[in-house]
Amino acid sequence: MENYSIFDIIGPAMIGPSSSHTAGAAKVAYIARSIFGKPIKKATFYLHGSFSTTYKGHGTDKALIAGVCGMRPDDPRIPFSYEKAKTMNIEIQFLKINLDDVHPNTVKIVFEGVDGSTQSIIGSSIGGGKVKIISIDDIDVAITGSYATLITQHLDLPGFVADISQILAKYHINIAFMKVFRETKGENAVMVIESDDVIHKDALEKISALDALNKLTFFEAIH
Amino acid sequence: MKIATAKDILQLKLTHNLNLFEVALKYEVSNSDLDQDVILDTMSRQWEIMKQAIAQGLDPDNQHLHGKIIGREAIKLKASYESDKSICGMTTTKAITYALSTMEVNMAMGQIVAAPTAGASGVLPGTLKALQEAHHIEDKKIIEALFVAGLIGMIIAKQASLSGAKGGCQAEIGSAAAMAAAATVFLLDGTMEQSFDGAAIAINNMMGLICDPVAGLVEVPCHKRNALGAANALLCAEMVLAGLPSVIPFDEVVQAMKQVGDLLPACHRETATGGIAISKTAKAIEARIMNDE
Repeated sequence: MENYSIFDIIGPAMIGPSSSHTAGAAKVAYIARSIFGKPIKKATFYLHGSFSTTYKGHGTDKALIAGVCGMRPDDPRIPFSYEKAKTMNIEIQFLKINLDDVHPNTVKIVFEGVDGSTQSIIGSSIGGGKVKIISIDDIDVAITGSYATLITQHLDLPGFVADISQILAKYHINIAFMKVFRETKGENAVMVIESDDVIHKDALEKISALDALNKLTFFEAIH
Repeated sequence: MKIATAKDILQLKLTHNLNLFEVALKYEVSNSDLDQDVILDTMSRQWEIMKQAIAQGLDPDNQHLHGKIIGREAIKLKASYESDKSICGMTTTKAITYALSTMEVNMAMGQIVAAPTAGASGVLPGTLKALQEAHHIEDKKIIEALFVAGLIGMIIAKQASLSGAKGGCQAEIGSAAAMAAAATVFLLDGTMEQSFDGAAIAINNMMGLICDPVAGLVEVPCHKRNALGAANALLCAEMVLAGLPSVIPFDEVVQAMKQVGDLLPACHRETATGGIAISKTAKAIEARIMNDE
C-alpha cells in the first residue's frame, strides 16, 4: 500500500486546471531541466497519448514550457510561459509521438544546449500531480522528485557507488532510496539517490571531483 | 504510525483518546519527520490559497477568468443571493458559490489547492468558507478541519482511488464531498463516529457517478458538480448531527465505491468517450475548440 502525506490529499497548491495535465507536466519538465543542467537553446516536446490529444485545452504546453524555464507547478507565471521562453531565448517545438507501452500522460523532452550538447528525457504524469521520470538518454530510470534528489550520470566503474556512499555518510546525509541504472557493464550509468535531507554544497563538490562522473544533478523535493 | 482504515482510527480514539485532527497531525509528524509547527504552517498556507482563489473568482475586475467553455458564473450566483434570492439558504448558497468560484480560477489557470484533485478543488474550500462565515469560526479551527478532511481522503486513496480516470467522478467529487462532510461535522463539534458517518453518506449519495468531461476539459460537468459536492457535504453533516446515522460503516462504503469504480467502463472514466461528453452539443463544442487551436 502506497504511503501518503496529508498534503498529497490537501495539495498540491498548483496552477490549474488539471493536476495530471498541468501540475504534473510542469513538474516533469522542471525535473528534466534540472537533469540537463545547462543553458538551453532549444526544447522539443514529443507528446504521447492523452498529452498529445488534449494538451492545449489543459495548458499542458504552457506547463511544460514553464517547467523548462525553471518554474515549479505552483508558479503563477505558468500561463505566461511562452513569453518567458522567448525572453530566455529558448526555442520551443511540440511534436506528437507514440512511445508504446507507457502511461497515457507521457512526454519525451529533447534538450539542445547553448554549448551544442543534447539530452533526451522521458517522464510521465501519473495522477494527482505525482510524476515519474522513466528514461535519461535511453537508460531506464525511476525518479519521482518527491525527495531531495541527487542524480549522477557516470561511467559504470567499480568503487563509484562506494565512494559516493562514503561522502554522503561523512556529511550525515540519510539516504531514503538509492538505485543504479545502466545499459551495459562498464559504460554509461545513472545513479539516483533520494534523501530526506538537503545535500550540503561541500558534499556535492566532493562528488563532482570523482573521476568516473560525467554529470551531477541535485534538486530539492518538489511538492 | 500506520493508518489504512476508519477502524484503525477509531481504535486510536479508544487507546489514546485523540480526535480526528490530532490523529491526522500525529500521523503527518511521524510520516514526514517534520516539526509540528512546520506542518501547521503548511496547512495554513493551503487555506490562504483556497481563500484567495474564492476571492479572485468573485472579483468583478477579473474578466479574464474564463475557461474554454464557461466562466464568470459564480459572480452571478453571488449577485442573486445578495438580492435576497437564495433558494437553498445562505450557508448552502454561499458554499456552492465559493465552490464554483474556485473552479473558475482553476479553469483559467489560476492558483488553487488540489483537494483531493484539481477537478474537485471547489468542494472543500466552498464548504469551509461558507461555514466559517455562518458560524464565525476562526482560521485556526478551519485549518484543523482541513487535516480531518485530509485524513478521510487518505483512507479513500489507500482503499479505493481519488482519480476520475480510475474510479469515475464518485472518486473525485464523491471523495471531496466525504472529506468536506467529515470536516463540517468536526467543525460543529460532532463525534468522530459522526464524522465518519457523514463521509459514508456523502459517498453513498454519489455512488456510481461517472466522469464524462466535455472536450476532455475540467469544466462541464465538473464545475457544477463541485457545487453538488459542497451541498451534499452540508446536507450529510446536517443529517448526521441531527442523529441520523449511516447504516453502512465508512470502510464498507469505500470498499463498495472501489468495486463500483472497477466495474465502470473506460468510456465513463475521464476519457471523454461516454456520458454527456458524446452528446451532440458536446461534440460541437469539442470541434470548435479544436478549430480555435
